[in-house]
Amino acid sequence: MTVTDHSQATVDAAHSHGLGTPTPDASRADRPTSFEVADFRVPSGREEEWRFSAIKDIKPMFADEAVEGHLEWDVPELPAGVTLTEVSPEQARERSVRAPGDRAAAVAAAHSGGAMALTIAPNTVLDAPIQITLTGTGQDVRGHLLVEAGASSEATVIVERKGTATYSEFVSLDLAENSGLNLVLLQLWDGDAVHAGEVVARLGRDSRLRGSVVTLGGKSVRLNTSAAFAGEGARVDLFGLYFADSGQHQEHQLFVDHAVPRCTSRVTYKGALAGKTARTVWIGDVLIRKEAEETDTYELNRNLVLTDGARADSVPNLEIETGEIAGAGHASATGRFDDEQMFYLRSRGISEDEARKLVVRGFFADLVHEIGVPSVEESLMKAIDLELEHVNEELAEEDA
Amino acid sequence: MSTLEIKNLHASVDTPEGTKQILKGVDLTINSGETHAIMGPNGSGKSTLAYSIAGHPKYEITEGSVFLDGEDVLEMSVDERAKAGLFLAMQYPVEVPGVSVSNFLRTAKTAIDGEAPKLRTWVKEVKGSMENLRMDASFAERNVNEGFSGGEKKRHEILQMELLSPKIAVLDETDSGLDVDALRIVSEGVNRVKENTGLGVMLITHYTRILQYIKPDYVHVFVNGRVAEEGGPELAERLEAEGYDRFLAQA
Repeated sequence: MTVTDHSQATVDAAHSHGLGTPTPDASRADRPTSFEVADFRVPSGREEEWRFSAIKDIKPMFADEAVEGHLEWDVPELPAGVTLTEVSPEQARERSVRAPGDRAAAVAAAHSGGAMALTIAPNTVLDAPIQITLTGTGQDVRGHLLVEAGASSEATVIVERKGTATYSEFVSLDLAENSGLNLVLLQLWDGDAVHAGEVVARLGRDSRLRGSVVTLGGKSVRLNTSAAFAGEGARVDLFGLYFADSGQHQEHQLFVDHAVPRCTSRVTYKGALAGKTARTVWIGDVLIRKEAEETDTYELNRNLVLTDGARADSVPNLEIETGEIAGAGHASATGRFDDEQMFYLRSRGISEDEARKLVVRGFFADLVHEIGVPSVEESLMKAIDLELEHVNEELAEEDA
Repeated sequence: MSTLEIKNLHASVDTPEGTKQILKGVDLTINSGETHAIMGPNGSGKSTLAYSIAGHPKYEITEGSVFLDGEDVLEMSVDERAKAGLFLAMQYPVEVPGVSVSNFLRTAKTAIDGEAPKLRTWVKEVKGSMENLRMDASFAERNVNEGFSGGEKKRHEILQMELLSPKIAVLDETDSGLDVDALRIVSEGVNRVKENTGLGVMLITHYTRILQYIKPDYVHVFVNGRVAEEGGPELAERLEAEGYDRFLAQA
């Protein structure tokens, strides 16, 4: 078990630590953003932000060229105050909260042929979630999605991705003053899908973003989420749940940019790994800028390794440029479900499969409840059970 | 009436220095309602005996047999042994993060009985047993053994024993590291279960103090992987006075 915990990190001019490799940028904030693909070199895999990535799988999505494919959109009848419209490439750029931060996202925005914009009118309060399903049919797809939450609106949006595709996307979340958005991104792809996405959020004054990411499917999934505070009094809660089997590579990068005073951020990601070649990566960066007094932030990543051979990387980074903060901390722990735990549970009559289920369900339970959408929570526990059945089958084969 | 019959049991363990023979022919029979104290110096193989009966994968049985009511225990998986009626109270209970005590107990009870316990009676049973062991109600919501004190861990073991009602229980140094108050509570728990269910007990201990609270019917001195001497409670008194020296000299 490896543990990092700096519950109240000491305040230096800059406080940062990763896995020991020098960071090319002095600060996470120094990374370039641009809609011009040419502004990003093709990553080799040695760059700080790509060094844990499944570069081979993602490589096709670095090519600055048009693709023909699309995902099938299944959109319910939208309630009053909510619209989904196609917008032109120029409009899409203009209405994005910022430009893409890496090559894959720049390519996605450049070749998506405009964006789909989900717009929630000011003061609209939805009592039921909007569920959109995107299904891949085996094509190369580039996507650009805008979610715009109007001032004082309240909405829950679930975007489920399934089927298979080689899919890169750029997602912009614009939260106007005092809006509340609960966005759930479900990666329930088939086993051969490859997905690279960048999600960027801008939080206006007093707005609240609850962003949940669930990654269970796909061969390679790489999601890079950034949230930047643009007004005081806002709060972001970012939750993530992932489960990697053999052959799966799941990477989640996060960046919370505290640029204004009195904002709160919480990042909580948990992952389970099973199977010899299961691989997960979590990188959580938090920057508290000089102006961001009274910031309150905490990020946590926990990984549960169920079998030998699986590998979980976890890299928390906290940069603090002001001493006037309310709280800042991070914790990272990767633990094994080991033979002794298994023996203990089995010595109480609990079968091997049941023991694994007990531990994994317990590991994820509180996180699942944070998603705040009962229908999603329920299907998620079922999906986790299903993952476990695969694990049990795989282990039974190994034993045989 | 149940009987655990251990015959000529040999067990070894793999170490970096090679395979090491630890049990060298253990003969022991425990019937329902009986308490057998297994006493011996450190390193004599007492814990190995406990783990071998429970089926820990670290230990390889190289010879001998273990039968519970005529059923071959060595042929059973770890969970099958528990279902057959064996219980091991561990010396070092393992932490299981993310799993609450109440969830763990209910899951174990369901597995042992083959059906979920009736909610209302179960809740009452757990509550009663916890009260008897002076465990606060909040205990049920804590994660299994996580952050438990030594005494809490041992009480939690006895709580499981009471709720799962095994036929034969092996208590592996349940008394080690306990203060007198905790020792008394744990011992009362064992005696209560014995009285209520006719449990047979193999009480492995390094110290004689617990025998003031749990009266053994038989005392076995365990030295160098086997039983070196057997007797009644008076043997424990003699060990208290003389220590293990005379056995070690022989070995």
